[in-house]
Amino acid sequence: MAYLGALAALFVTALWSQNSFTGLIEREWSLDSFRTLFTVDVYRTIAFRTVGVAALVTVVDAVVAFPIALYMSKVARPGLRRFLLVAVLMPLWASYLVKAYAWRGMFSEGGLVSSVLGVVGLDSPGYGLIATIVTLAYLWLPYMILPIYAGLERLPNSLLEASSDLGGRSGTTIRRVVLPMVFPAVVAGSIFTFSLSLGDYIAVRIVGGTNQLLGNVVYDNVGAANNLPFAAAVATVPVVVMLVYLAAVRRTGAMESI
Amino acid sequence: MTISRPTRIVLRCLTILILGVIYVPLALVVVNSFNVNKTFAWPPKDFTLEWWKRAAESQGALDALWVSVRVGLAATVIALVLGTMIAFALQRFRFYGREAVSLLVILPIALPGIVTGIALNNAFRTIFGWELGFVTIVIAHATFCIVTVFNNVIARLRRMGSQLEQASADLGASGLTTFRLVTFPLLRSSLLAGALLAFALSFDEIIVTTFTAGAQEQTLPIWIFNNLFRPNQAPIVNVVAAVLITVSVIPVWLAQKLSGDAESMGAGR
Repeated sequence: MAYLGALAALFVTALWSQNSFTGLIEREWSLDSFRTLFTVDVYRTIAFRTVGVAALVTVVDAVVAFPIALYMSKVARPGLRRFLLVAVLMPLWASYLVKAYAWRGMFSEGGLVSSVLGVVGLDSPGYGLIATIVTLAYLWLPYMILPIYAGLERLPNSLLEASSDLGGRSGTTIRRVVLPMVFPAVVAGSIFTFSLSLGDYIAVRIVGGTNQLLGNVVYDNVGAANNLPFAAAVATVPVVVMLVYLAAVRRTGAMESI
Repeated sequence: MTISRPTRIVLRCLTILILGVIYVPLALVVVNSFNVNKTFAWPPKDFTLEWWKRAAESQGALDALWVSVRVGLAATVIALVLGTMIAFALQRFRFYGREAVSLLVILPIALPGIVTGIALNNAFRTIFGWELGFVTIVIAHATFCIVTVFNNVIARLRRMGSQLEQASADLGASGLTTFRLVTFPLLRSSLLAGALLAFALSFDEIIVTTFTAGAQEQTLPIWIFNNLFRPNQAPIVNVVAAVLITVSVIPVWLAQKLSGDAESMGAGR
């Protein structure tokens, strides 16, 4: 209950204002925070960038998670399957910060990424948006693998056999039978990857270079600027985006497979 | 098995590749903690135990570790009591607003951490007028730790049914005796699993913690974050990170053994 109260209070705070002279919070109703949010270019850019990064992270995770989930559920033998499940889940519980830090090392000057890319004559992207997307995709990958794996487990093998009896090759079967059936599971996984990316600011600070996402704006306004109303207004953006997203995916039936 | 041989080989190679990408960065941190060089330069020229010795003597890291352990224990105890009570209430009774309560328990981990963090920060400071410190960290952590205990206990309650408790009552045991001799022993392993996961969750949490910790209290993740950008501390951060990678595996492995299914591992955030 206390949590819901805190959440409600947050939205009320978003409607208060900060006295630009004293820096204190005034408990007067005002839409100033939201006006700033929508009219200042920087914040609009950051909002779009955040949603774009979250969407890309989700796509990368779905593309990477599908083959490993397919292998685990339909190809690997039971013993190997259990091993793979643990192998995939273990990093889920390794410290978040340590994982982001590990990627800081990977992308650092003279780090592994630049040595590997150097072999094929490419430069490391260094710290920036690409590093942010890779790191976030890495952090949330298990949240995508698990639902897809669960979805594939529920998919009866007889369907695959029927498809091949009717002359479908593996590629066709995967494209026309497997993918449509696991789509709700992918959407379920995307809820986690998308939501977690929207709110992140630590990974961005660690590998993002000079780029900012919404989370950083919130953090800076709570800490240094002490402008809680504005921070609260910014924080409503991911919540609203999430609610819209959840409403949109309800139709796919993904909610049941979370 | 109708997936053709070439496809299976492709899938196997992709799986190995992905697992490689999952483990290489973590392995790199561990290797780097023995690296003579202070930067991430690859490949390392020579190895040393020097940084491990220095990390063991680093007062800041040790203090932060101690705060993390105390916060984790306190939050776990609160989560155990409240999570179990909510699980019992939802599983055994039908009441108005039941669905809302179960949604409410999950909300702190379903919303982005930064929203939870700022909501609690706002509540503590502007609504209650509290100073941020040890107590606020514990309350914040307990809020999202409840979920893991709740999930584990409610899963066990569903499986166990209520026949044994009814039998105990038929044989004349009071409610308390039944709980002590029948219900609690049946729940014990799931409680332990929930507690381990809750502790691991609290130990790792940084986003919510930065919003609810005062200037004096530093948990281990916050200490790492603060020292991340200081070149001089890099080797010690490496060691702490390497230790965390190794240690974080233990409670999860134990919890999985105790609850007996892999599902519960993914249940918490």
